[in-house]
Amino acid sequence: MTLFIEQCLNGLQFGLLLFLLAAGLTLVFGIMDLVNLAHGSLYMLGAYFAATFAAWTGSFVLGAILALAATLLVGMAVEVIAMRRLYGRDHLDHVLATFGLILFFDELVRLIWGAGGMSLPLPSWLNTSVRILPGVDYSAYKLSIIVVSLAVAVFLYILVMRTRLGMLIRAGASNREMIGALGVNIKLLFTLVFGLGAALAGLAGLMQAPILTVQIGMGENILILAFVITVIGGIGSIRGAFVAAIMVGFIDTLGRAYFTDLLRLAFTKETAATAAPALSSMLIYLLMAIVLVIRPEGLFPAGSK
Amino acid sequence: MRWTLDLRTVVVVLLLVALVLLPVYVELTGSRFLLTLFTRIVILALAAVSLNLILGYGGMMSFGHAAYLGIGGYAVGMLAFEGITSGFVQWPVALLASALFALVIGALSLRTRGVYFIMITLAFAQMAYYIVAGLARYGGDDGLTIQKRSQFFPPLNLSNKIQFYYICLALLFASIYLVWRLVNSRFGMAVQGARSNDTRMRAIGFPTYRYKLICFVIAGTLCGLAGALLANHTDFVSPAMMYWTRSGDLIVMVVLGGMGSIFGPLFGAVALLVLEEVLSGITEYWQIILGPLLLLVVLFARGGIDGLLGKVGQKVNHG
Amino acid sequence: MADLLRVENLAKRFGGIVATDDLTFAIPEGELHAVIGPNGAGKTTLIAQLSGQLVPDSGLIYFAGNDITAVPMHARSALGLARSFQITSLFLDLSVLDNVALAVQACAGHSFHFWRNARHEPELRDPARATLARVGLSARANLTASALSHGEHRQLELAMALASKPRLLLLDEPMAGLGPEESARMVATLRELKKELTILLVEHDMEAVFALADRITVLVYGRMIACGRPEDIRNNTQVRDAYLGEQEAVHG
Repeated sequence: MTLFIEQCLNGLQFGLLLFLLAAGLTLVFGIMDLVNLAHGSLYMLGAYFAATFAAWTGSFVLGAILALAATLLVGMAVEVIAMRRLYGRDHLDHVLATFGLILFFDELVRLIWGAGGMSLPLPSWLNTSVRILPGVDYSAYKLSIIVVSLAVAVFLYILVMRTRLGMLIRAGASNREMIGALGVNIKLLFTLVFGLGAALAGLAGLMQAPILTVQIGMGENILILAFVITVIGGIGSIRGAFVAAIMVGFIDTLGRAYFTDLLRLAFTKETAATAAPALSSMLIYLLMAIVLVIRPEGLFPAGSK
Repeated sequence: MRWTLDLRTVVVVLLLVALVLLPVYVELTGSRFLLTLFTRIVILALAAVSLNLILGYGGMMSFGHAAYLGIGGYAVGMLAFEGITSGFVQWPVALLASALFALVIGALSLRTRGVYFIMITLAFAQMAYYIVAGLARYGGDDGLTIQKRSQFFPPLNLSNKIQFYYICLALLFASIYLVWRLVNSRFGMAVQGARSNDTRMRAIGFPTYRYKLICFVIAGTLCGLAGALLANHTDFVSPAMMYWTRSGDLIVMVVLGGMGSIFGPLFGAVALLVLEEVLSGITEYWQIILGPLLLLVVLFARGGIDGLLGKVGQKVNHG
Repeated sequence: MADLLRVENLAKRFGGIVATDDLTFAIPEGELHAVIGPNGAGKTTLIAQLSGQLVPDSGLIYFAGNDITAVPMHARSALGLARSFQITSLFLDLSVLDNVALAVQACAGHSFHFWRNARHEPELRDPARATLARVGLSARANLTASALSHGEHRQLELAMALASKPRLLLLDEPMAGLGPEESARMVATLRELKKELTILLVEHDMEAVFALADRITVLVYGRMIACGRPEDIRNNTQVRDAYLGEQEAVHG
């Protein structure tokens, strides 16, 4: 039972991480109608920046803050230099251009940091367990990921529902031409939204760094999940991204944890070990396929938010 | 097709002649590496030709086309592993498996449009990737070595590198010819019309779904053939062949070469792979150049190499 | 003369907006029936439902006595219905002749022919050329469609609809954006076409409407407020208040 609670928390934690990544993606997609394959590169940069700055400053938290700022700046720079020219164009153009950016960033990282990947060790005060329930210990760090992610989710909610910027974002998600007509500085709005998305991606990247990985190509692996979440949740909808991300996080984590055991009942240990991740991934894609067939606009289409 | 003496035609002819004479050059200079490189180029050009059919002519942006490379390749690999090395069994299985996969994926995906279509083809290809990576018996993530290449009747010997090159080249030329006939036929016009304006096509009376689906299946099958060839070329198959970034590479080839042109995919494959070789000789970080290059092509040279040749050729004629 | 088109209690809403409000009317074969009304009256929505692009919420559409309400869009042209679009909807990257040839091909059986070059098939090219001649675009046949002027686009729109040899032509503002000369030419073409087929004409150009129409239906907010012969419509006070008045104010 304790294992089950732990796995549920893992699922929640992974789901929240995915939410951070997907939220940025769905915002950019919904407001600027921009398909950004290089979103994963910003996620990667967040992790690399954090590993570097933490090593320089000797402080995990300071490193994280600097990394966040750096990713935000890179995001805004990318928007001004490259993304601006893509607005209004065919989605195919977006896919191609941002695919080119993926290649560029992967190589840039290899150039600067080398091919070997990096590690981001946890400070001792985070590298412990916390007793959350009698008999149930859980990693303090993973708990802090949950807390930080939820805080960001609340922040996003307040931003989108209660501020003027948020109103523009919601209006833009359902009707792009209108916000131009309202006399808003579109260029600035787009740069800010893109920067926000980049910061969210960077945050996700740096937070998972100590427990998962800091290596080239890490963005590509997780990007598809982020897109799947965006499609399931509904393009442009933060609420949709949240619900879908949690779902996907649970399915993936619990699937990996329990499919192996289930499969081992019928197959060899070896088969079960390799087939389990495959099955849980497939389930996620199956979910997306079902959503696309039944409700192509997603679970929470932007218009309804 | 009217053959005019323009720059594009000259380049095409030179390229085709060079490809045919390559083994001669290799024999003279002993540069076996060139033969290996160009065999790979020819096989990937075949894959690009198949993608160009649905992407360039059909306007269907599939981000899962590399899946067929894997399916075709694994058909050969898995059968070889089980002791079935006859090409007469392996290759039809590769083609059939690819066709079936394309039929199922196409039937579901073509109900969507635009970016949803991109995402769903991507997702299905990833499913295939995960399935294959999960097959412990056939190597899983590590891949599967192929001990013996596809066997046909002697004197056909795929292990003879020169013979194999010419087989691949012949299949490439045949595919280019096939696609040429296809896109200019009534079927091809229907597919092109659907790309150009799907609503109008349905308004004038075409049930566009079925034509796009057939086109999708043909393209998948052709790419499955490329996969079977690739497996023989590398004597190895791995799930990495079908990872989604490989689909991206194929798309780059098609766009770079010139979407919707007959020889574009060939230009693209040659350009990309030769560029890769040349640039990696200069610096190991050559992809740093490729990335922005792609961005520039998208922004300023959408017609790719084929388009550029056309424009430059015009200027030369009228200048 | 039997009714070629009959519409009964047609209704369509988009959220809170009523685009088609319990519409009932009939068009006998051979008539040129004009549909006029202010912007937002639901004229294009009506054409979209008749052509099958939109599915009505309720009501029935009969064509040549058969209920076609559930027939999908791509099957309606085989029945004899053809439509032109208000906002030009062509195959801009193909040649003008290719455009019309595609429309001919659509009615020439299935297109599962994979080998023969379609551009060299006289069964497709000859009727296409003939249709282009009809609308006066023969000289532009080999140009890419995107190279045409707006007026020529509207002519090509008409040609595409004619190529399927329809019994009923649904024309959505064929004069949109045309200058006086081009409008006059279009009116002349339509007058010729009137003799061979039935036409439902949605238009804002009142001169053209009164010159061509046998009967006129007036739509306001999706509802028919009048239907009758041109002289009756011109003298109908309700119509003048709702629509013609504002037209006169515009045209002085």
